[in-house]
Amino acid sequence: MERKLVDAKNTFCPGPLMELIGQMKLASVGDELEVLSTDKGSASDIPEWINKVGHELLDSFEEDGVLHLVVKKTK
Amino acid sequence: MSTGKISVMVTSNKREQLQMAAMVASVGAVSGNDVSVFLSMNSLNFFLKDSSEQATPQGSMGQLIEEKNVPDFKDLFQQAVEYGDAKIFPCSMAVDILGIGQDDLETYISEPLGLTSFLSDASEGQVWHF
Repeated sequence: MERKLVDAKNTFCPGPLMELIGQMKLASVGDELEVLSTDKGSASDIPEWINKVGHELLDSFEEDGVLHLVVKKTK
Repeated sequence: MSTGKISVMVTSNKREQLQMAAMVASVGAVSGNDVSVFLSMNSLNFFLKDSSEQATPQGSMGQLIEEKNVPDFKDLFQQAVEYGDAKIFPCSMAVDILGIGQDDLETYISEPLGLTSFLSDASEGQVWHF
């Protein structure tokens, strides 16, 4: 298990989601990915996608204006 | 995961229209929907390999999209295919009019499709036009 940083700052919807999915494809089941986004819509859009597809949102917080979402690949 | 059918017809050469079509196709596809995109009229030129065609902004939003770091619409269409198994079909009429072959189009573009087949395919689910 490893945690990979997906730095998607300074792009716009659906850039952060697509960058997460791109990295998700390369990750192994059980791996964690931490997405960094400055796109405000990501705060609702990415959790919605995680929920729909069936991965697990482990943590969500904002730090210095940057949203951090920690996702576990479950399948 | 719930799935649905989404058919997207794209005929515009305007930046905003192409952007929105690419967003619907990519987000729809990665969310588990069965997405088919039909490229016709002024949209097909952009999908020629090494196309230098620039999408013209329709209004102020299109200009801002050009200036800011918004994902490129062609990258989004490609991601729709690669991440979400979307199918992107060139309209067979547009292919004939342009006098192009499959090899002239980007590799993620499927074989040409006729309008009759697209309409039949689109008879269920959501249909979007840009």
